[in-house]
Amino acid sequence: MTIELRFVVNRGAFSLDVDLEIPSRGVTALFGPSGCGKTTLLRAIAGLEQSEEGYLSVAGTVWQDRHQFLAPHKRPLGYLFQEPSLFSHLTVRGNLEYGLKRLKSALHKVSLDQAVELLGIGQLLDRRPDQLSGGEQQRVAIARALAVSPELLLLDEPLAALDLARKQEILPYLESLHRELEIPLLYVSHSRDEVARLADHLVLLRAGRVEASGSVTALFSRLDLALAHEPDTGTVVEAVVGGYDESFELTHLNFSGGCFIVAGGPHPEGSRVRLQVLARDVSLTLERQTGTSILNIFAATVDEVVAEGGAQVTVRTLIGEVALLARITRKSAVELGLKVGKKVYLQVKSVALLS
Amino acid sequence: MMVSEQDLTALWITFRLAALTTVILLLIGTPLAWWLARSRWRYKFLLEAVVALPLVLPPTVLGFYLLIALGPHGPVGGLMERLGGQPLAFTFSGLVIGSVVYSLPFVVQPLQGAFAALGRRPLEVAATLRASPLDRFLTVAVPLARPGFLTATVLGFAHTLGEFGVVLMVGGNIPGSTQVISIAIYDHVETLEYTQAHWISGGLLLLSFILLMGVYALNHRFSLVQR
Repeated sequence: MTIELRFVVNRGAFSLDVDLEIPSRGVTALFGPSGCGKTTLLRAIAGLEQSEEGYLSVAGTVWQDRHQFLAPHKRPLGYLFQEPSLFSHLTVRGNLEYGLKRLKSALHKVSLDQAVELLGIGQLLDRRPDQLSGGEQQRVAIARALAVSPELLLLDEPLAALDLARKQEILPYLESLHRELEIPLLYVSHSRDEVARLADHLVLLRAGRVEASGSVTALFSRLDLALAHEPDTGTVVEAVVGGYDESFELTHLNFSGGCFIVAGGPHPEGSRVRLQVLARDVSLTLERQTGTSILNIFAATVDEVVAEGGAQVTVRTLIGEVALLARITRKSAVELGLKVGKKVYLQVKSVALLS
Repeated sequence: MMVSEQDLTALWITFRLAALTTVILLLIGTPLAWWLARSRWRYKFLLEAVVALPLVLPPTVLGFYLLIALGPHGPVGGLMERLGGQPLAFTFSGLVIGSVVYSLPFVVQPLQGAFAALGRRPLEVAATLRASPLDRFLTVAVPLARPGFLTATVLGFAHTLGEFGVVLMVGGNIPGSTQVISIAIYDHVETLEYTQAHWISGGLLLLSFILLMGVYALNHRFSLVQR
């Protein structure tokens, strides 16, 4: 089951022209610099934006094509705007019930209680929106969008207007949304971190066109995309919690190419986690180092080497199927004689556990 | 007796006129203001200028044209006659029509401002929460524009109370039928009945002040609640 969409929008100097097929489950991130058309695309999907040409089908049902246009209020979706945009004339409960009341009861899949509990807003129901903090307001807005039991949840940079502390407050709720509900999420973001933490599928937008579309792990390690050439470039690795070394307080995380050892834990064994390895934290050696403090060392093959301009190069390496990027100096690359197919050892200085 | 029976009748006519005019203006003005606030039509400014005309036009000019339009040979009055009715000049109905035109900007402009201040966002949110266009107008736009409605109602009412030139031209100052309180005051002054003029004028001054004070106090409270 997929979401198929094709939109052409012309707004003077800006034009959007996309033709996409994305999975209708999990989290798909629309990622790109501001002004690339992410929000316009999301609004077109919601029916809020006029388009010169539009086609949209979600899991086999056509919402829009040349002959029909489902009005925004008839599309079974939830929309979370950048600002919470709560109705100031209603209480939190009134806000939550606004959409729920307009939904046929046969379509109630997410109950109000479930939404309230998931977002932890039980204490706030009788307050008015102006009595809530920014983070609380956005949690209410998420619950309000969920309460209409959407078949597709659209999120337009829901964290952009919040400070770092508020972001940390909301992110776990978004992650639990992802885990506990079967609703596909389409998430607009310009933050690498959010995408690395939340997204399964990634669509890169640039100047109104699709640059690439694929899994997060695949796209984050592709050297032909701008994503791999930023200062904080890194790769995302899916892993499963293996064991816990109680004496040293270390957790073992198994992935298809081996096992990462990270500090902290214990985490529930068998749970799926996501790791981020920054390219600047990976160094290369030709022989396996002994007598080193680095715990995570993997045998790998050089897959691609791309100059960054200046003193740096980015090396794409493969540990079996899993790609990791390393950012090293051009001098090192020359001295090590790096070329495609060469066997190397990766030394990973630090690993971030994302979820 | 400081205030004569005729004055009381004029007062009653004035209040009926102001109330009816305000109700009609809210009914006409709400959709008009909504359209003016939301439309992107290129020549919208033409209609905005027409709505604002009564603000700057001498009431006698407005009254003169209305008199001609509503009289037996005018387009409106003539039509009324052909339909078997009577011309509207010098009748209470004529006064209502004149007042509606005269007070139009005082109702439309506060509403237009309030609707424009909402922006599109609350309505878009309501749309994604399954509310149809009419539903979101009634359950989101109207409640959020509440201060605008209050201002429009009070300004429309109070402005009609104080009308003089238009009603004199269109209504013709017929006691018991089209004589309103502002003209009654004028008549008292003309005949040097200053005591009566004082009583009525003072009463109107106080009433207008209380109405406006109420609007500003309430809107201040609303604005505190809303943002």
